[in-house]
Amino acid sequence: MARYLLSRLGQLVIVFFGATLLIYALVFLVPADPIAALGGDRKLPPEIVEGLRAQYHLDQPFLVQYWYYIKGVFSLDFGTSFSGQPVWDVMKRAFPVTVNLALIALAVETILGIFFGVLAGLKKGKLFDTSILFVSLIIIAVPIFVLGFVAQFVFGIKLEWFPVTVGGNLDFYHLLLPGIVLGLVSFAYVVRLTRSQVSQNLTADYVRTATAKGLPRSRVVLVHVLRNSLIPVVTFLGADIGALMGGALVTEGIFNIPGVGGTIYQAIIRGEAATVVSFVTVLIVIYLICNVVVDLLYAALDPRIRYA
Amino acid sequence: MPDNHTYPGQERFVAAADDVVVGAIDAVDQDAEPTGFWKTAWLQLKVRPLFWVCVALLALILLIVLFPSVFAFGKDPHYATLERSMLPVSGEHWFGTDMQGHDIYARTIYGARASVIVGVLTTAAVVVIGGLLGATAGFFGGWLDSLIARLSDVFFGVPLMLAAVVVMQMVTSRTVYSVVLVLAIFSWPQIARIARSAAISIRNEEYIDASKSLGASKVRTLFTHVIPNCLGPVIVVATVALGVFIVTEATLSYLGIGLPESSISWGMDIASGQPRLREGSPILFFPAGALALTVLTFMMLGDVLSDALDPKARKR
Repeated sequence: MARYLLSRLGQLVIVFFGATLLIYALVFLVPADPIAALGGDRKLPPEIVEGLRAQYHLDQPFLVQYWYYIKGVFSLDFGTSFSGQPVWDVMKRAFPVTVNLALIALAVETILGIFFGVLAGLKKGKLFDTSILFVSLIIIAVPIFVLGFVAQFVFGIKLEWFPVTVGGNLDFYHLLLPGIVLGLVSFAYVVRLTRSQVSQNLTADYVRTATAKGLPRSRVVLVHVLRNSLIPVVTFLGADIGALMGGALVTEGIFNIPGVGGTIYQAIIRGEAATVVSFVTVLIVIYLICNVVVDLLYAALDPRIRYA
Repeated sequence: MPDNHTYPGQERFVAAADDVVVGAIDAVDQDAEPTGFWKTAWLQLKVRPLFWVCVALLALILLIVLFPSVFAFGKDPHYATLERSMLPVSGEHWFGTDMQGHDIYARTIYGARASVIVGVLTTAAVVVIGGLLGATAGFFGGWLDSLIARLSDVFFGVPLMLAAVVVMQMVTSRTVYSVVLVLAIFSWPQIARIARSAAISIRNEEYIDASKSLGASKVRTLFTHVIPNCLGPVIVVATVALGVFIVTEATLSYLGIGLPESSISWGMDIASGQPRLREGSPILFFPAGALALTVLTFMMLGDVLSDALDPKARKR
């Protein structure tokens, strides 16, 4: 186990440097002169351009620039945003909000997704199962921004059950509707995954054995089938935490939530590339760590899997 | 002479060879048409109504993409006049008009092209890159496999939406191709993983040994036997991925960092219809509905195909 953990962490390091190098190279390759953009329509004097280039290390080769960037990431120095605030300070305010939002979304997709998935899996081929499958397909097919502002319109403006936008109120009630919207797409995937696992496991030999030895149906389903069906679902949910933080981009934009997604959304509109890249780097790190935790969880949940 | 001594209840009846039908069962019908993977798949598919629903929808979408002017009844999606700004749904303008006075129906019809082109081109690129790399990794194994696996881990480590956002917001002159390129760069590992696991299970098949013993080179075996036999599961995943690419493109366009402003795209039309929803105008539902129907078609097709083309699903 310890050896597996070490090799998995080694892999994490490779992927981290690879992914950040990739992002950095792509941003670097895009033909745009950030210094020229600073001057606007007026041309900057050459000596000022030189000075700025030296200050931001733009005169250095690519790998040296990447090195400065990585050094900044590890010393939590992400530079400053256009409004002059250190990006790190912006992050410290934004991340807790998005973590709360992602937790609400995770709770929604876990509870509803497993509940409906198990019911559909038990009644495979029946009307209930078909309708659940169809609804989940529609949720996947309709883009999240359409789901978002339809929910905002119906439950916020028409029915007035929920506040229309969040703004500065970051309590549970204000975050509930955006959280549900954020969790919807993953809910559809959880339902489909749980359903196929349950219907597959129902035909397994150990289920027949359990039934044959006289166990009540409820115990067979809840203990024997569910336990084995949930292993892939749990791993999906774990990997999804990282994805949800990124998926919050659109949801937070629609509901005006000052979280990670909302900040990236605003930064895109204002053209603050540095802020966008910094936030995405941190999100990638979170995503990668979630994936490693999930892999370890897999070993703990499924005793058949042994890591040598 | 066998031992005739049997105890009561132990008598066995053995029929004479001529009386049994074993010979008929074992006989090979020499005139029968050969059945293969694709033929079995087709026999399975053609009896499913859902498959034909998908085919019909797909044909409709393709016709709209190829001949938008026919379906728009000569309406010009670029023509705008402020006289008819923000009109509601009427006989003249079936889906109403937008702020600048564009006819939304015409724009919904013409918008299909951009979405489908992005979806199809990205899928084609991903299948070629991912399929080749994945099949190579799985078939050859060894250091090549580890290298490609690490490489795909790196690209997999960046969520598609985030990567697209970071790169696209830097691109100043955006085109359809820059969107396709960015989406393809970050989504080939998904196909590569599928192709790799398919190639690993194929590697030990008898026909691969046969190909080798006939003297075919490894590369030839890869292209003539391994890759064609990997295609089943790859097609299934690619069909679903096509839908995901269309949604991602629409999301990028909605954020203003997808297709260029000059093109007609459902994502941008949804974004422009969004503020009017609060005034009770449903015009955003027309491009959104068209988008959802297109994506739904590909997702359903993927579902149907997976039963017929995925060997793992077939066994059940």
